[in-house]
Amino acid sequence: MVSYLLLWTLAVPLIGAVFAAVCPDRLGRWVAAVAALLTFGLTLALGVGRQSGMWHELDWAWVPEFGLRLQLGVDGISFPLVVLTGLLTLLCCGYSIWHTPKPGRGNILGALLLLIEVGILGTFLAQNLVLFFIAFEVVLLPMAAVIAVWGGEGARRAALKFALYTLAGSVLLLIGVIAVVVLTGSGDMVNPPPLSRDAQLWIFALFAVAFAVKSPLWPLHTWLPDAHTEAPTVGSVILAGVLLKMGTYGLIRVGVGVTPEGFAWASPVLGVLAVAAIIIGSLVCLVQTELKRLIAYSSVGHMGFVLLGISTGTQAGLEAALIGNIAHGVLTGLLFFLAGAIKDRAHTGELSELGGLREKAPWLAGILGLAAIGSLGLPGLAGFWGEAFAVLASYSRGGPLWTTLAVVAAIGGALTAAYLLRLLRKVSHGPLAPSLSTAADTRLVEAISWSPLVLLALVLGALPGLVINLAAGAALITEAVGK
Amino acid sequence: MTAGLSIGLVGAPLLLGLIGLLLPARNRPDAAALGIAGAALSAGVVALMLLQYTGPVESTRPWVAFGDFQVSLSSLVDMRALLTALAVTVVAVCVQVYSISYLKGDQRYAPYAAQISIFTAAMLTVVLSGDLILLLIGWEVMGACSYLLIAHDRSLPEAPRAAVKAFLVTRVGDVGFLLGIVLLAVKTGSFQISVVLDKVQTLDSTTVTVAALLLLAGVAGKSAQFPLHTWLPDAMAGPTPISALIHAATMVAAGVYVVARLFKLFEASPVALTVLGIMAAITLLLGALAATAADDVKRVLAWSTVSQLGYMMAALSMGAVDAAMFHLFTHAAFKALLFLCAGSLIHAVGSNLLSRMGGLRKGMPLTFVTMSIGLGALVGVPPLAGFFSKEAVVASLHDKPWLWMAALVGIALTAWYSTRLLLLAFFGPTPEGVHPHEPAFAMRMPLVLLAIPAAGLGLSAYVVRNDLVHLDGELVLPLGLTAAGLLVGWLMCRHHTDPVLRLGRFGPFVAGGFGLDTVQRWLVVVPVRAVAKAVRFFDVSGVDGAVMGLGGATRSAGSGLAAWHRAALPRAFAAVLGAAALLAIAGVTLSLVGLW
Repeated sequence: MVSYLLLWTLAVPLIGAVFAAVCPDRLGRWVAAVAALLTFGLTLALGVGRQSGMWHELDWAWVPEFGLRLQLGVDGISFPLVVLTGLLTLLCCGYSIWHTPKPGRGNILGALLLLIEVGILGTFLAQNLVLFFIAFEVVLLPMAAVIAVWGGEGARRAALKFALYTLAGSVLLLIGVIAVVVLTGSGDMVNPPPLSRDAQLWIFALFAVAFAVKSPLWPLHTWLPDAHTEAPTVGSVILAGVLLKMGTYGLIRVGVGVTPEGFAWASPVLGVLAVAAIIIGSLVCLVQTELKRLIAYSSVGHMGFVLLGISTGTQAGLEAALIGNIAHGVLTGLLFFLAGAIKDRAHTGELSELGGLREKAPWLAGILGLAAIGSLGLPGLAGFWGEAFAVLASYSRGGPLWTTLAVVAAIGGALTAAYLLRLLRKVSHGPLAPSLSTAADTRLVEAISWSPLVLLALVLGALPGLVINLAAGAALITEAVGK
Repeated sequence: MTAGLSIGLVGAPLLLGLIGLLLPARNRPDAAALGIAGAALSAGVVALMLLQYTGPVESTRPWVAFGDFQVSLSSLVDMRALLTALAVTVVAVCVQVYSISYLKGDQRYAPYAAQISIFTAAMLTVVLSGDLILLLIGWEVMGACSYLLIAHDRSLPEAPRAAVKAFLVTRVGDVGFLLGIVLLAVKTGSFQISVVLDKVQTLDSTTVTVAALLLLAGVAGKSAQFPLHTWLPDAMAGPTPISALIHAATMVAAGVYVVARLFKLFEASPVALTVLGIMAAITLLLGALAATAADDVKRVLAWSTVSQLGYMMAALSMGAVDAAMFHLFTHAAFKALLFLCAGSLIHAVGSNLLSRMGGLRKGMPLTFVTMSIGLGALVGVPPLAGFFSKEAVVASLHDKPWLWMAALVGIALTAWYSTRLLLLAFFGPTPEGVHPHEPAFAMRMPLVLLAIPAAGLGLSAYVVRNDLVHLDGELVLPLGLTAAGLLVGWLMCRHHTDPVLRLGRFGPFVAGGFGLDTVQRWLVVVPVRAVAKAVRFFDVSGVDGAVMGLGGATRSAGSGLAAWHRAALPRAFAAVLGAAALLAIAGVTLSLVGLW
């Protein structure tokens, strides 16, 4: 009975996507939103009946010749991400009912969003490497289409770059997956068959590059700013909110889970690159002149903290990465919603042409303030836990390298504050810019789509245990200690 | 019981503040009611806790665990915490009441009052917390509220900039604060303050010193100690009641409080205490000197705050925790009073500048009297509050002559600048166009309320604990210097010409804090920006350039190959034949060699 729940979680958005695509525009948007709502309900239902290890499992033979089994499962590591995916897709589909950018056709946009959701949920639920790879790839083309069709002026180019870049990463992932299946004859991720140390080293290297592109880890990040800047609001929200998490999730589930020795061997390199991402991402933000590009680069820095937590390989670090993942999804998702709303009003994203938002739209400015302050890792809001405990986990590894990484990452925290406050000063404060002189305050639809994220930013700040305690029971996390 | 009361103490202003944020921005009555209710409820709870006080109580419950690191919701309620909480809540009530009238006509009163409430909750969290992470949360939320409130006044173009500066300078210190907490947690395995302090003896001296110095960075940022003091004078762009509450009485004193709370740690590191002493000596002299030259009445008081915080830190560096806390309490009372008085002056004159004031004692007798009490307390005129606490601080510094001398020089300077402030504002001719008048009741009442502790807190504390101050022959020197400062100040300012004007261009240099802003700018801001520009160039041209270059190279290789394939028939035929011949030769060769 329970196992069908996992299947439905993937089937409902898929069916919804088909119906939304064939329905007329107006109706199709509603169909997509209802399907997203149902899916969100199903993702929540997955949290019922928790137990140690996998909460729910499903295992059917599919194409045994390729080692492909329809093997799904959910546990404390994937559950928060699954729920976040359900929530953000729902918010985006709901937002698109009233707000679809040119060239319209909101039903197709909704269908594509649902298709993306299927891929992302599949990635988070898959417990078989081949299935994981397929789901990982399903996301790519619909996302590129969303960027290319509903995006800004340079959208096609950005979409192409996004597609080719991540495809290049996927090729490496495919080689890694094939290697594991060929060497062990099984793609099982729950109880991964043992691999020799040498095999683990080079297979992990392949995995790491693939996931580093998706996360993105410096210096494989340059597809991200272009994609974000050109993507429509809902595209950016999904992209930053959950799509990037496929990379960090994959690193934990596949990298740490299937090739633990390879991970342990490469972890110092990952740590150094993660901290480089924090510093470089923050510095670039500090002199960035375009609103969405700035937030996109801030993702590089924030995901740097997540990757630092993962690279420590300690329980505290992995837990910090998980809460950091969710917090980034919530806060950056919110920031992209807000950036989209501001760009819609001002018809420009250039920081030099914005200003004085709080004069015309105090609520919008207030929510932007909250999102920015949350994003800079203010203790008491969601963003704090992941960053502070990534630093702690790094320091707790001991030794000069990890100590230095902890110190530099903490300094990166101060830089993060610097660029987000600069953003607020340019956008919210100061005299009213001409571009915003007719800006309307927050609309009802906007308020409804944003309020869950605002609430989550506060609730996760006060109760990080909502994410951490779930993950603490997962075998992968507890076994990670000492590796 | 105590735990429940602590939750109520922090929870009431927090909850009412969060509700207040949801009010329409112009809803003044409800916003004011929520703000006052939050602060007053807290004050009531503190009073109740003080009445029931029997001894230190620690209560703790688990919150969240990252691996082996357990973060707990702990409160550690001792007498020092309760008295600090009392000071915070009393000043908060006064400021909430005062703001009603001071910010009359403000279009965004609701978020303003709500942010004060949230600030109050955050400060109380710092005061009561028994867990380092919980303390850090309160610590940073205070900073965020300070940021928001400094930027509140939309008519001041410099306000947003000052707000960003305040947040960032303290955030730089807080990098150290976070790392200090991380270090202690990793070494002791706990965030709980009592556990950490118990384990200090088991730690090696390097760890203790490094942890203490890292924490000191955060303390220096929050409490505006050299070299991280530069944000405080600029923070005066915030509304005056905010300056009274956050930038005089409470938040800036939090650093002193935290050092006192964690004193076992600092005590174990002589190096850290010496650094603290040096920092304090520089800060107290620098602040006092800068205060002598400032023309803006709020900046005079801000520099004075910097200087007085230096006194508290000096006492801490000598281990005189009680003296430091004593001065913290009296300072909270008289400096809050002074800022609210300054607000009353600004309200009447319409300008912050001393050069636009004069002769105000006639129209504003209440402000005159209360401000005189406040300045008297600041200077240390017996028997006002500051006299007792400053004597306690100075007496504790005996064993370090250089620190003691600095404190004495500071006393004379304090007397001088206070006299200047009083004479320039209240005596001499009234400038044209200024019509001195007392403010409304909501602003007058807090002045009277705060004047009481500013006058009597020292004496009453002396009655309870006469070991804090020794009224003996050693008083002669500080008192003599106070008198000298007052006398010289009177001689130089009695004709109502500002003696600072005689300094020429040197005056603004001193008032600006000896150009340290410029140093900070060239040492930190400009290099960081230059590096950022270079990094962006590298990222766009180098990293992304490589990616795009690879794409471009692939494409041109593809089109080259394609062009090559578009050959005319004879050449294509020749190519096919040639390739076939090549393959044949290769095959034959391989089979001959035996490789195939």
